[in-house]
Amino acid sequence: MPQSDLERLTAPVRRTTWRFYAVVAPLAAIVALGAYAYYVQFTTGLGVTGMRDYVSWGLYISNFVFFIGVSHAGTLISAILRVSGAEWRKPITRMAESITVIAISVGALFPIIDLGHPDRILNLLFYGRIQSAVLWDFISIATYLTGSLLYLYLPLIPDLAAMREAKVGGRFRRALYGFLSMKWRDHPGQRWRLKRGIAIMAVLIIPIAVSVHTVVSWIFGMTLRVGWHSTIFGPYFVVGAILSGIATIILAMAVFRKVYHLEKWIKPLHFRNLGLMMLALDLILVYFTLSEYLTAAYGSESADTAWLNALAFGPYAYLFWGMVVGGLLAPVFILALTRVKSVAWLVVAAVCVNVGMWFERLLIVVPAMATPQMPVNWASYSPTWVEWSITAGAIAGFVLLYAVFSKLFPLVSVWEVSEETPEAKPTPRPVGEEVTP
Amino acid sequence: MPDADAKGEASDEAPQVGKDGMDRRRFLKMAGIGAGAVAILAIGSKFLADRIVPASADPRLRGSTSNSWVMMIDLSKCDGCGACTRACDAAHYVPSGQSWIQVYTVQDATGGTYHLPRPCFHCRNAPCVKVCPVGATYVDPDGTVLVDQTRCIGCRYCMAACPYNARFFNWTTPSYPPAALAHTYSPEEPWPTTKGVVMKCVFCAHHAREGTLPECVTGCPMGAIYFGNENEDAVTNGMGETLPFRKTLQTQGGFRWKEELGTDPRVYYLPARR
Repeated sequence: MPQSDLERLTAPVRRTTWRFYAVVAPLAAIVALGAYAYYVQFTTGLGVTGMRDYVSWGLYISNFVFFIGVSHAGTLISAILRVSGAEWRKPITRMAESITVIAISVGALFPIIDLGHPDRILNLLFYGRIQSAVLWDFISIATYLTGSLLYLYLPLIPDLAAMREAKVGGRFRRALYGFLSMKWRDHPGQRWRLKRGIAIMAVLIIPIAVSVHTVVSWIFGMTLRVGWHSTIFGPYFVVGAILSGIATIILAMAVFRKVYHLEKWIKPLHFRNLGLMMLALDLILVYFTLSEYLTAAYGSESADTAWLNALAFGPYAYLFWGMVVGGLLAPVFILALTRVKSVAWLVVAAVCVNVGMWFERLLIVVPAMATPQMPVNWASYSPTWVEWSITAGAIAGFVLLYAVFSKLFPLVSVWEVSEETPEAKPTPRPVGEEVTP
Repeated sequence: MPDADAKGEASDEAPQVGKDGMDRRRFLKMAGIGAGAVAILAIGSKFLADRIVPASADPRLRGSTSNSWVMMIDLSKCDGCGACTRACDAAHYVPSGQSWIQVYTVQDATGGTYHLPRPCFHCRNAPCVKVCPVGATYVDPDGTVLVDQTRCIGCRYCMAACPYNARFFNWTTPSYPPAALAHTYSPEEPWPTTKGVVMKCVFCAHHAREGTLPECVTGCPMGAIYFGNENEDAVTNGMGETLPFRKTLQTQGGFRWKEELGTDPRVYYLPARR
């Protein structure tokens, strides 16, 4: 592997300037604020939030759905493209896979933050009922986290070994790389096994990821509520998840390319391809959104109509039209008009998509709960400082973890981008491997 | 290293890999240890779970009974005074902000209004029981839907699932009078409870087995609420008036709220005007 690649790609790991700390310090402060808000909530009860008996889920559950959605970045970019043999993916897989792991870790905290008795979380193990969609989520998210950790870790091994050999970092990091690289010596047999492992994980992780966002949607879909009881929810959520995942990887690519000078590896090609994928998924989501709302509107059942009126003309109109126009339609026009050639416009579109998707998650959770089920008035919900602080803390925590990750591991897979032989050809199994003494 | 080298070097490398990696014997040994650890963990956690909540203390394991409680509310008698709610609140130390039986004012098609008292409907096909991830909410042998507040994790999925808003959450620690604090908690008489758990109407399950009527039934000055055993086919109101259950429903146009949802409630209504 050419030394220059390793040296340049591990540069962020070797050198840390004051700028890094200038970014990290405010992020850590916001995370600390979120932690304090959670402490207040833990000691006082969920009464410090804006949730009440009618709207009994709010920002936390929306954030949960949003972050689990973002986690689909990794699956798509690396697993689907790896399986389909798209070679251009190599420089961006690591970034995508790390988004997956970090987003699941942050997202999975939200149902726990939302619990009234988080100290009883182990009841899920002691008394878990497989009939409940909450348990489906618990199982599939735990599987997804395990799988994507493995899927992030396996392709890291050769780079960790290279960093161990090059003696990168201080005592702590050397020990870390030494431990994690697990005697990797770059033998053909090791390579063969690694590639097999990665290939198996790539195939496994795709159905797991699809199932994760499907069962997240089923939490809502399995109830009898207007606005939730919809057969379309599984695919609708999965497409939205992949869309926000792509938007997030585009943002990460743009930021890291600039900050760490990765222009040699992250090329206009990557932005263009991901931009096209974002455009395609955005259009699919437009289609799903139309199907979802038009079927409810056309039938005009009274409860459906009340819910739709609240979305389109009522207290949620700003969020709703913001989502439809700003989050779904605007990105389509931006991407189409710029022909996905301008990185700056791509970043704008990605921001629109992510904000729009966050609105969309909120619009799924809250208005359906505020819709009267009994002869009462509409319930209202306005999040309190506790909920906003925890939300801000989670977003800051996501960025913070990503920044720390970039200081521990190379963001571009060094051994994969240095590989000359195209991986599309299956690696031949080395002779004599079958018999090990 | 390019893969082209792989074939040539493989025969030299093979023994080396054996030393680094695992041979069959070692793999089997590790697998055995792993399986043993899993078994010990499983038995250990079962043991631990039994210690934390002994099976004998679980009220839902009470044997089967011949009871099958039902309620019938005559809407033509209800004047919406709210005495049922007050009686229930007082008897069960219902935390403030919750109404286990709530009286709604409903507008009918003619523009007139009537009153609709809504206890928990104790559905036979209860959406809340279906979705509970830990079995904290359950159906007792008499058909009553109860919540074990000592097991509830506070995820509020049951509240999202209930189509009647019959469930409430302790958003903060409820304040109880000394008498309530001295009481021994049980799912049938759920006080005192903590913050972060779900609460609801208990159908006065404890009263019913002893042959007395629920608090809302005796508390209703109009005698609008009837309660009884479906298997005895008789319901009684607070004034001691007993009606034949099925026949009354058939002859007087009995119905249930949101029948179309298929939840099969145990609470029946007689129409407001007839």
